[in-house]
Amino acid sequence: MDQTQELIGEPMGESDLERPAQEDCPCKEDMFPKASRRQVLRGGSLLTAAAASVLLPRRGALAADADDAGSWTVPGQLAKSDYGTRSSYETVVREATPAGTDALTPHQSLWGIITPSGLHFERHHNGVPTIDPAQHRLLIHGMVDRPMKYSVTDLKRFPSVSRTLFIECSGNSGGAARSAALKTAQATHGLTSTSEWTGVRVSTLMSAVGVKDSAAWVLAEGADGAMLSRSVPIDKIMDDAFVAYAQNGEAIRPENGYPMRLILPGWEGNINVKWLRRLKIGDKPFMTREETGKYTDLITLTGKARQFSWVMEAKSLITFPSGDMRLPGKGFYEITGIAWSGRAPIERVEISTDGGKSWSLAALQEPILPKAHTRFRYPWFWDGSEAIIESRATDQTGYVQPTKAFLTAHEGVGPTYHYNGIQSWKISADGSVSNVLVA
Amino acid sequence: MSLSLSPHLVLGAALALSVLVTPLAVEGQSYTGDYPFGTPATQADIDAWNKDVRPDGQGLPPGSGTYEKGQQIYAQQCAVCHGENLEGIRNPNLPQNGGPALIGGRGTLNTPRFKITVESYWPYATTLYDYILRAMPYTAPSSLKPDEVYSLVAFILGRANIIDKKTAMDAKSLPKVEMPNRNGFFPDNRPYPVKHYD
Repeated sequence: MDQTQELIGEPMGESDLERPAQEDCPCKEDMFPKASRRQVLRGGSLLTAAAASVLLPRRGALAADADDAGSWTVPGQLAKSDYGTRSSYETVVREATPAGTDALTPHQSLWGIITPSGLHFERHHNGVPTIDPAQHRLLIHGMVDRPMKYSVTDLKRFPSVSRTLFIECSGNSGGAARSAALKTAQATHGLTSTSEWTGVRVSTLMSAVGVKDSAAWVLAEGADGAMLSRSVPIDKIMDDAFVAYAQNGEAIRPENGYPMRLILPGWEGNINVKWLRRLKIGDKPFMTREETGKYTDLITLTGKARQFSWVMEAKSLITFPSGDMRLPGKGFYEITGIAWSGRAPIERVEISTDGGKSWSLAALQEPILPKAHTRFRYPWFWDGSEAIIESRATDQTGYVQPTKAFLTAHEGVGPTYHYNGIQSWKISADGSVSNVLVA
Repeated sequence: MSLSLSPHLVLGAALALSVLVTPLAVEGQSYTGDYPFGTPATQADIDAWNKDVRPDGQGLPPGSGTYEKGQQIYAQQCAVCHGENLEGIRNPNLPQNGGPALIGGRGTLNTPRFKITVESYWPYATTLYDYILRAMPYTAPSSLKPDEVYSLVAFILGRANIIDKKTAMDAKSLPKVEMPNRNGFFPDNRPYPVKHYD
């Protein structure tokens, strides 16, 4: 497989010692939009040059413009007492929608299953509130023996639980149901992210306040301007709900609910109420706006809408190669992406490179966690001709991710909440990758 | 002379005993199971935040509102985003690109050109009160008084021809309003019962 080696790197030879550093390949910047190796080397020496003391030996001007003027030729940056940042050459960001109500995770640029906290998607209904944790309280009242208020400090005294979980907006990929106008994996599927969340089980809090036997529903209310509220059945509350105060090992980010949010594993994003300030225990659903006028699923042409459709069903996304990239030429590529299900761990992911005619198993990267993104990989030799690549997830309940055609036939394209159809990427003969609707 | 014990000794023994026998009882706090953390909520604490309203009317406060008062408030507080005729506005210079239409669309839900509004889609009139009180107007949420919210509900439902324009809205009349799409919803029926793959 010498051919493969040539495509993804350069053989090392005598001439490497004499010629200037070269970019890995001219097309790679289209695949991964970031600085070239040469820019990295040049920028690195500029950054550290100023740090050298005039009293200490330093590199002469003649030596500095030689071929080996790299990062290894000058002292590096010393440690600081600070909040670390990524390399100044890394530029991947979330992408906010024009209205400023959402910012999308750049899946095409990420690895593994954890979404960096700064790239976790955000969605809110009246902006991100600024909350002083010393002033914030969680009130639990209603059908309880002892109504209580808890500060963040109080919550941290309870036994804690950590779980790595995806949170996905129910509108995620809904736009992909209608058209192929959205170009990238970020634009089509950027409203899902995975973090490790830490907090206290709501069942623990319920035992502390003494929930009454007749309790059936819990209203969760946020402290944002929208005061977003949802009704949660008591069974889910007692099963696996928790109030999180930490995300990926540190305090939750403001856009994700600082200082505390509700986590309902596997359920649609907005019911994981952020900036949580109140849990009211009752015996009936409260029928808030976000579970009646919004976030209900109108089935096209029937006039009827599905309500309380909380679970996010199995979905998958090829993140490489994906829309708006360009492959430099035929040869080996590792198709990779993420799969997830709100019901159960991922059982398998299949890959098609012929637009859904035939399917092959992808390898799943451990850990395969319930209700978290799972990374899949599939080795592929692209022969240079047009191809349509797709992924199809199956979870451990046996549920198989449906095609767009199936969903359109049975549900139409109404408000497109909970759309989980198979995503197709077309690779043209020139290597360009684009979003495409497959009938 | 009776035996005198050092106060520190007594306190120490009591603490040791309490740790051994009742490790979780903390003086001065109400008993909350194994975890006596947090602060008991007073009725004032609860009343300050307990504003939500259910379809059966639970949570609706005293007060009332009329179509005429609602029309005035709407013009001042709502029309800029939702339109003079409640038709909705799309404008990138407005918060969230403008507000959705509140009326119209009745009879369209089973057509390809469905239009979702309060009039055509929302199953409960109480939700309108609940949402306006807590979340509207967008730039000053939670600023409206109950009478103002009752009035806005009377105006919107009146313009939607769901209630008579002379009907005042209050804690008794609002839960009785029958919304056109009251029976337009069904509970989650997924996973879909049809096999969709080979």
